[in-house]
Amino acid sequence: MSTTDGPLALGSGGGLAARPMGVFARPGDTPGWRGWVTTVDHKKIAIMYGAAALFFFVIGGIEALLIRIQLATPNGKLLSADLYNQVFTMHGTTMVFLVVMPIGAAFMNYLMPLQIGARDVAFPRLNALSFWVFLFGGVVLNSSWLLGGGADGGWFNYAPNSGVIFSPTHGIDFWNMGLLLTGIASLAGAINLITTVLNMRAPGMTLMKMPVFTWMSLVTQFLLLFAIPVLTAAQFLLMFDRLFGARFFDVSAGADPLLWEHLFWIFGHPEVYIMILPAFGVISEIIPVFARKPLFGYPFMVFSGIAIGFMGWGVWAHHMFASGIGPISVAAFSISTMFIAVPTGVKILNWLATMWGGKLRFTAPMLYAIGLVTMFTIGGLSGVTHAVAPADTQQTDTYYIVAHFHYVLFGGALFGFIGGWYFWWPKVFGYALSDKVGKANFWVLLLGFNLTFGPMHILGLQGMPRRTYTYRDGYGFNLWNFVSTIGAFLIALSFLVFFWNIWSSRRQAKVANLAMVGDPWDGRSLEWMLPCPTPAHNFDVVPTVRVLDEFWHRKYGEDERGRLVRIAATADVSQHGDATDVHLPSPSYWPIVLAFGLPWVAYGLIYNLWFCVLGAVLIIAGIYGWVMEPATEPGADHGDPDDHGEPHPTDASGDAAATSSTSTEAALVD
Amino acid sequence: MTDLADPHVSGAPGDPPDAPDATHASSHVTSTGISNEKLAMWVFLGSECLLFGGLISTFLLYKEKTADGPKLHDLYDIGFTSISSFVLLMSSLSMVLAVSAIQRGDHRALRSWLLVTALLGSVFISGQAYEFKEFLNEGLGFTTSPASSAFFTLTGFHGAHVTIGIVMLISTLILSLRGRITQEKAEAVEIVGLYWHFVDVVWILVFTIVYLIK
Repeated sequence: MSTTDGPLALGSGGGLAARPMGVFARPGDTPGWRGWVTTVDHKKIAIMYGAAALFFFVIGGIEALLIRIQLATPNGKLLSADLYNQVFTMHGTTMVFLVVMPIGAAFMNYLMPLQIGARDVAFPRLNALSFWVFLFGGVVLNSSWLLGGGADGGWFNYAPNSGVIFSPTHGIDFWNMGLLLTGIASLAGAINLITTVLNMRAPGMTLMKMPVFTWMSLVTQFLLLFAIPVLTAAQFLLMFDRLFGARFFDVSAGADPLLWEHLFWIFGHPEVYIMILPAFGVISEIIPVFARKPLFGYPFMVFSGIAIGFMGWGVWAHHMFASGIGPISVAAFSISTMFIAVPTGVKILNWLATMWGGKLRFTAPMLYAIGLVTMFTIGGLSGVTHAVAPADTQQTDTYYIVAHFHYVLFGGALFGFIGGWYFWWPKVFGYALSDKVGKANFWVLLLGFNLTFGPMHILGLQGMPRRTYTYRDGYGFNLWNFVSTIGAFLIALSFLVFFWNIWSSRRQAKVANLAMVGDPWDGRSLEWMLPCPTPAHNFDVVPTVRVLDEFWHRKYGEDERGRLVRIAATADVSQHGDATDVHLPSPSYWPIVLAFGLPWVAYGLIYNLWFCVLGAVLIIAGIYGWVMEPATEPGADHGDPDDHGEPHPTDASGDAAATSSTSTEAALVD
Repeated sequence: MTDLADPHVSGAPGDPPDAPDATHASSHVTSTGISNEKLAMWVFLGSECLLFGGLISTFLLYKEKTADGPKLHDLYDIGFTSISSFVLLMSSLSMVLAVSAIQRGDHRALRSWLLVTALLGSVFISGQAYEFKEFLNEGLGFTTSPASSAFFTLTGFHGAHVTIGIVMLISTLILSLRGRITQEKAEAVEIVGLYWHFVDVVWILVFTIVYLIK
């Protein structure tokens, strides 16, 4: 591991090296729940991200169904106005921060190290910390349901409306604390994954030979890196107002109600791309495989992703056209918003051009990828109508907006991610999901999705307001609301089909007991070189990369007329999962100990500052335990009987022998 | 978008992937040539810029919004704050000397300069605590006005960062005393130094924006 020689690694302190400090015996590679709790393996962490996101998806989905039942008919009685506010706020917050973002994190954690030919991420324990902090953040946020009710100010919780005067329960405090925690998780993850991509690529893998998914992940992580601290700053202001009586949003004292909106949307608009770019990356991997063509215009795909990343910082005020920011601001942000449609359009065109003339195979993952291209295009077009400020003034706060962002986030991000699940499921779990059920799943979802969100365009243009708990009979809203509710239950049905597919495919795979081949789709990027499921150590030998789509070019060449010819059997150019002389970072308790301190601080700030002391003790213990513990336990290495703690024969600085057995990674998370 | 990868593009086409090649030995070399830890610190500091950016923007928006409370510029003691700023800037010099010492393998000098840096940082924090107390006495509390909330939040966040830096310096000092900072590990001190210099640079901004510009 290239990570084991960190500069904070402890020196060759003789006796100290053999028995590192620590109150815990170092966990081994134990099976069962302890193996999951202490794991630092990027693949297991990714699986936990995915599982947690699906759990929160069920919660957020139930909240969505409650909203739709309430609105199915005029004068709905299921939810009171107050409870409705909480349900739609928590639905939005959950779906954004606890579902779409962690699913993206799951894909990035699992695939990025594999696609660049790395053994793990740069800081494996920091990766575990990210997950646990995210999970505890989600728990803190949702615990508000049991402790007096959820946040009720909309997912953006505009101040001063989110101040104590207008929202006296603790709901918004839980929202604040929960999202501060998930923010810490995202920030640590961004630092980790950026370092991984920049520093740990296989020999020969230059930046412009990286798969597009890895590229989009890198852009996403940079967006997270710079967007999250702005939200964090805003949340601190709100927290100080609500808990300690600060005056940031006290308009009577001269505070500016636009401050929160600006800070929130400077975070919030890059956030939109944080959610969609990983899904763009996913389908940029799926479409070339099932079209049996290289991705059309790879450099354009990469640079349009980077362009979206930059331009995403210059469009935030289009969320505020109705707030009175002045005609010059409105005009400027209107133009920049129209411009950002250009790189997105480039991507759509390139996916279509990749499919053009290809030998298309309409498997389940391909259907979802095409679903993304079409549904996102609809959402993108309605998005362009928001860029026209006069039209947007009519659309603001109506269901037209709701229709738009569900088309881009559900029709875009989630369709791509579900396609990614069908595509990489064999790589992760060692069995394939049934393609037949997957296709049925897709058509039910596509129908339900369009029935739910398509009519919202009409409702919005008819003037139906968002965030209003009911409507009266005779406004002309009845029919489309009822259709929308039927669609919502079809979406729920499609996810039941998905969960059933997981269960039944797994059972069939167990009964059939057939080994999964490593490369079921005839894939292109490095992860398909590995057996299914991926072995713990990833690569037996790190491959040397010469071209984009390296694995494909090891399988296929061209004849003199430029036609595709197979030059090697897949098995001959695949790896076999033989772990000899491979050293992996050891599992650790400290990430979860450190992470467990944070919810105590969160509850302490809300209820009683003494809890904070307990949290601080856990955090400090976690940090020092972490720093004192080497990343790789001496003698716990993988498959090397006469361990001398030297992962690799030489090192550039020539000090590997002196230090690698006692090294640790930098614990530089504040 | 330059690519700094160390190219090992030597294999002939169709090179069997499991052939013993140079990759195994060279995987200690990072693609950029910068160690993971140092790169991660730079990336983290990039993120911190936006945190302070948000807080500084808030202060700029609110500095005149003093409600019924005292005006900020009536309370500032520019002379006093200039001296404590000078002390903090000098700590960057001593930090550089500490890094230089360990790079030369001079452990005694390393410990001395780490201690000096931590002490200078502590003097700055003490000055800030004294200043806060004076402001409270003059009737400027955290909850007095939007301006006071913004002032205490911005300078308080900076102070918290300095405090964390002092803890890092003292931890490094203790590790050095226990013989765990070898000359080869000079980069660990350098990374702590990166953080420390960043906090100093932020203070130059904060001092200029909060205290000097009327």
